[in-house]
Amino acid sequence: MLYDIFIDPFVQMVEMPDFFLQVLWEGFVAGILYALIALGFVLIFKASGVFNFAQGIMVVFAGLTLVGLHENGVPAFLALILTIGVMGVLAYGIERVVMRPLVNQPDIILLMATIGLTYFLIGFGEFVFGGEPKRMIAEELGLPTGSTAFEMGERGLVILQHIDIAAAVIAIIMVTALGIFFNKTRIGRALRAVADDHQAALSVGISLNQIWAIVWFAAGLVALATGIMWGARSDVSFALEIVAFKALPVLILGGFTSIPGAIIGGLIIGFGEKIGEIYWGGLVGGGIESWLAYIIALIFLLFRPQGLFGEKIIERV
Amino acid sequence: MNAIISNNELPQDDFAVEREDLLRVDNVSLSFGGVKAITNISFDIKKGEIRAIIGPNGAGKTSMLNVINGFYHPQEGTITWQGKVRRKMKPYEAASQGIARTFQNVALFKGMTTLDNIMSGRSLKMRKNFFLQMAWIGPARTEEIEHRKKVEEIIDFLEIEAIRKTPVGRLPYGLQKRVELGRALAMEPDLLLLDEPMAGMNLEEKEDMSRFILDVNQEFGTTIALIEHDMGVVMDLSDRVVVLDYGKKIADGAPGDVQASQAVIDAYLGVSH
Ligand SMILES: Nc1ncnc2c1ncn2[C@@H]1O[C@H](COP(=O)(O)OP(=O)(O)OP(=O)(O)O)[C@@H](O)[C@H]1O
Ligand SMILES: [Mg+2]
Repeated sequence: MLYDIFIDPFVQMVEMPDFFLQVLWEGFVAGILYALIALGFVLIFKASGVFNFAQGIMVVFAGLTLVGLHENGVPAFLALILTIGVMGVLAYGIERVVMRPLVNQPDIILLMATIGLTYFLIGFGEFVFGGEPKRMIAEELGLPTGSTAFEMGERGLVILQHIDIAAAVIAIIMVTALGIFFNKTRIGRALRAVADDHQAALSVGISLNQIWAIVWFAAGLVALATGIMWGARSDVSFALEIVAFKALPVLILGGFTSIPGAIIGGLIIGFGEKIGEIYWGGLVGGGIESWLAYIIALIFLLFRPQGLFGEKIIERV
Repeated sequence: MNAIISNNELPQDDFAVEREDLLRVDNVSLSFGGVKAITNISFDIKKGEIRAIIGPNGAGKTSMLNVINGFYHPQEGTITWQGKVRRKMKPYEAASQGIARTFQNVALFKGMTTLDNIMSGRSLKMRKNFFLQMAWIGPARTEEIEHRKKVEEIIDFLEIEAIRKTPVGRLPYGLQKRVELGRALAMEPDLLLLDEPMAGMNLEEKEDMSRFILDVNQEFGTTIALIEHDMGVVMDLSDRVVVLDYGKKIADGAPGDVQASQAVIDAYLGVSH
């Protein structure tokens, strides 16, 4: 038993490095997608202290809009641009209808509002696009298909799905772009200002409403990217919403306000989950992927209650 | 901006005749539930002056600034800004009309550097359209450089070159207050509201701050409303003083007159510290 837990998995890793690498790669890709979802949460939480329960459904909604438009004869790229527009309108609408009237209400009210938003988006999405799972238009958008096998000398093969490579590349570009945006531009500075001190931000003429609309839009774009990538690996359906729950352990790990935290947290959960499932999952009959993330997060929490990069929790004024 | 006017050259009594109002508050009252923070207060701030607002703790001084910059909305009364009665406005609107402020408890963006904090004061001066900036990093960057120049001037002026890149959370309190002044100056305001800019400072720091305040007023012609407990500072800096007590105005006039006023003496003696 002890051997099975403490020795055998590592022996396997060393004896079959190709397989181990394959597992790592898959963990990496999953981790990046978790990171993207968590990033959506972090953006909104940082700027407004609101835990956006609707982030998961925004992923589905974005994916559905994209596919739905295409099904109705809109060319793929135009559909993509229109979907970005829809996410912009959604962000503006949320700021007007949800955030603005509820500003200065207790956090729990805003959380409830985002739960309401979740059900609105589910209902609206089903009404417009129907409830059946749809195939993501990955190829039409020019995303690669197929796979490449890398030989590792005599030690075997590592197979990389092209779509996964694309997902990784796009996620990295997206995260870098967001990083530059928030660190180098005026709006980024304004966002950090709002996150630091609402009153002071207002006093220099930063409009909270504008900043909120922008972070919701950014979170919408992140949701769209996640929807495309995740949809390409499975289907676009409301079931996707549950991947959002994977973001929770990521957030616990990375802290609710840290962008690097979301990324590192996502990767840790991604790697941990895949490795755990493959090498240790058998011991308890498999299927541990769904809850392992929470265990990993809990173990981290025992040692660092504030999360990896946690700052102090920011209060809204 | 106006010509340079030295505070001590004009006989102070002439203020009311010589200059036009930048801001007037008329019969303003503000309450929080049962607490009356401000009761029926009227006074004016003339262009180019340093107007002190003094009074014992809880007198309503900070509340008055909060009314002026749109944090609080008075239940009664009007505010006239540059000759026009102002409608109810949000802080960022007040800011965009040229009202800047500092806070009694320093309110800086703690995680950001001195430079970024002061730079954030330029928010309103920068390109209006957010989305343009997202799309074209190029022009946005040139613009950024122009604003950087202005910010560097302010940094020179306040003699804080050495801490440009320091996250402000790490700075000692006195310097934080200076950075906060810098952020307000970066807005190039018409009216600068300073809420106890020297609280908690030692003598030397107070002297520095006094000098900056005078320079801002005289070199840039910026009108200043100053809340301050240190009577010495008030006497030295201000052109006119309004005195509040329990939310009511009890005196208004030249510093010397106000200091001699019986109502003011009573108010201060009545408060045990
Ligand atoms: N947001 C608020 N909610 C409730 N009461 C408030 C609020 N702001 C101010 N007050 C009350 O209004 C009164 C005046 O407060 P204010 O802060 O304006 O006084 P102050 O003159 O600035 O005093 P200090 O010298 O101590 O700073 C106080 O009784 C205070 O408790
Ligand atoms: Mg005060």
